Amino acid sequence: MNFDFSDEQKQLRNEARKFLAEHCSSKAVREVLDGKQPYDRKLWKGLAGMGFLGAAIPEEFGGAGAGHLELCVIAEEMGRALAPVPFSSTVYLAAEAILMAGDDAQKQKWLPLLASGGAIGTLALFEGKGNPSPQAIKLAASGGSLNGVKKPVPDGAIADVAVVAARTGSSGRETDISLFLVDMKSEGVEVKSLTNIDPSRGQAEITFRNCKAEPLGPAGEGWSVISQVLDRAAVLMAFEQVGGADRALEMGRDYALDRIAFGRPIGSFQAVKHMLADMYVSATLARSNCYYGAWALSTNASELPEAAAAARISATQAFQHCAKNNIQVHGGMGFTWEFDCHMYYRRANATALGLGSLSYWEDALIDQMRKRNAA
Amino acid sequence: MMGIAALNPSYETARQVWDREMNFDDTPQEAAFRAEAKAWIAANAPKQYEEELKKSSLGRTELKGANLLEVAKAWQKRKADAGWACLHWPREYGGRGATPIERVIWQQEEGAFSKLSYVFIIGHGMCGPTMMAFAGDDQKRKYLPPLASGEKIWCQLFSEPAGGSDVAGLRTRAQKSGDGWIINGQKIWTSGAHYSDYGILLTRTDPEAPKHKGLTMFFLDMKSKGVEIKPIKQANGQSDFNEVYFTDVRIPDAQRLGAVNDGWNVSLTTLMNERMSIGAGVATGFPELFEFCSNLMLEDGLAIDDRNVRSKLAQWAVRASGLKYTSMRAISALSKGERPGPENSIGKLVAGSMIQDIAAYAMDLQGAAGVLSGPGDAEAAGKFQAMLLRAPGTRVEGGTDEIMRNIIAERVLGLPGDIRVDKDVPFNKIPTKGR
Repeated sequence: MNFDFSDEQKQLRNEARKFLAEHCSSKAVREVLDGKQPYDRKLWKGLAGMGFLGAAIPEEFGGAGAGHLELCVIAEEMGRALAPVPFSSTVYLAAEAILMAGDDAQKQKWLPLLASGGAIGTLALFEGKGNPSPQAIKLAASGGSLNGVKKPVPDGAIADVAVVAARTGSSGRETDISLFLVDMKSEGVEVKSLTNIDPSRGQAEITFRNCKAEPLGPAGEGWSVISQVLDRAAVLMAFEQVGGADRALEMGRDYALDRIAFGRPIGSFQAVKHMLADMYVSATLARSNCYYGAWALSTNASELPEAAAAARISATQAFQHCAKNNIQVHGGMGFTWEFDCHMYYRRANATALGLGSLSYWEDALIDQMRKRNAA
Repeated sequence: MMGIAALNPSYETARQVWDREMNFDDTPQEAAFRAEAKAWIAANAPKQYEEELKKSSLGRTELKGANLLEVAKAWQKRKADAGWACLHWPREYGGRGATPIERVIWQQEEGAFSKLSYVFIIGHGMCGPTMMAFAGDDQKRKYLPPLASGEKIWCQLFSEPAGGSDVAGLRTRAQKSGDGWIINGQKIWTSGAHYSDYGILLTRTDPEAPKHKGLTMFFLDMKSKGVEIKPIKQANGQSDFNEVYFTDVRIPDAQRLGAVNDGWNVSLTTLMNERMSIGAGVATGFPELFEFCSNLMLEDGLAIDDRNVRSKLAQWAVRASGLKYTSMRAISALSKGERPGPENSIGKLVAGSMIQDIAAYAMDLQGAAGVLSGPGDAEAAGKFQAMLLRAPGTRVEGGTDEIMRNIIAERVLGLPGDIRVDKDVPFNKIPTKGR
């Protein structure tokens, strides 16, 4: 047994942390937060140069061919730095879906672009409120044309290519859903940016009107691919969340050490100490669940759906817990625009929803546990 | 060289399954160890108690028609005779000199029978390592093997009525007399004192020194003249703990552990070892609740199909799995030679309130009948009712939730310690009454 990242993977994590500390300061995040640019283009190019975008993409498709454990440690650092770039939509969603379902030509065309930062990708799944489900997909595909509206689509306004989930049947079963690949420059694609709680990452509405699209993977297998992509993305996003949780905890700890009230550092009051201790507990439990998720992801284990759900639930809540209590430790200053606390609070609550909300993953977890117990 | 490309060659050439990439596989050596352990357990374990042990849970650990203590001692002796006791101890003291991973493999294979080890936990986890660090060579050879084999049981005499969380506030006096010491005072919350043969004892030797600087550690025979043991009837009606009274008890100086007035540092070794005994797993109540909800019929179907029940279960599931994998991370660190730190305090902190909340929730699902606790009348044979009544103790024993949070805040996060108004005051000048 070895339930830890290797020395090389830890070295990679340090390298990513150093790189992001230099190129993704809170000032850089604020450029995007304040709407001065839709994402940090310079950082995006830099990440591509480091090989981070294609970490888990095989070399034959222009990636670094490392693996998902490597991607996990990079994801953690992206979350820690609140990187204002379309990393998760391009890497966890689009690239994973194309790798899983694409034919050779599609992989040859898109993966090198995604790995090199030459194209931004996303997954257009949701259609208004509600959690991922085949029934919720109304956007219709017929004769190779898509008609319908997707929202929210993460990074939809800056994406070059979208994997689109569409309805191709009406049997009421999962097999009614198929995936399509859409070049966002195609005719019949209309994009509108949407205001969201975390402006450091974009959300969009995409309307498809008789938009020509090529199928991605066999007809009727769209939902099966989506569930697998969501499980894989859940583990990777959980690492981002744990990275964010750790940073929020650190910020709270540092402030509690520096801030004096009643003649002593506020971190010497048990009410504050215990709040921080509880944050540490959440973050630690989440990290451990994430490691199990990383193992399941990297080995394609049959335990992946259960491990992913546990990592997702645990990391979502840890990030929310640490981000909100970080503000509490900071007191009034934590509620200013000037301090960075709200950026973590925003990211924590936005990432909590992106791949489906808590109740979706709770259901998934219990289903998987029952399956395992019955077996 | 920057970025991933720089790392690539090592991935390609040196990828070795067992030490590089995250995995749960046994090495060939570990697999052989597991096979040997499994075979030995299959041939030697007291199979007749397996079902009952599997079903036992917090607050309900009796065996029907058998004395649990005797069954536990017999199993420990059998293990010791075959070299399966105290795996991580050196062979000369009755152990096996096993690696941390081998110890974990053993625990996995021992399964429900490991619940029989509870009477030895304090002796093996705390008293033994303290003896190893501070006793003389002859003493170690004399006392440790029978401790390993379970023939002799040890207890730990630290807590007092005046010193629980503030254990350095203890008042039991040790006074020098010839070549020995005379002990007077009272201990409390001593687990298993009533069936223990020996104990390690923390005493006050210098009441004029500040409280941490006037303590001395000893070990003693619990049958010594002047030792009186009174079981405490706990809030749940059971008696796991005792009060121990000392009246002019004589201890030879040779049974002193560490220097005079250095007992606080000795006790830190003991407590540090408590944290080393990771991997044993803490009871959370979750497996019991999951099984209960999988079978319980509510008005409109199985409890586990109910939306609210599922949400609750999922919340506890990720805490239980988080603890499990935190402990596995610690084992991995240990096997690489890293010392597990105070971060392992989270196990007890998380599990304590979890088992209490789970018990209350399982009873809530039973509706009005949840109040019944008789094995015949109650759902799940009263398991959750017994758990509920025992649970408050788990949040206090071995360090309260609040002390655990202090440990995490101070030793892991580096926050300042509490302001200690009594720290530098002579012990006998510290106020003893609130109002």
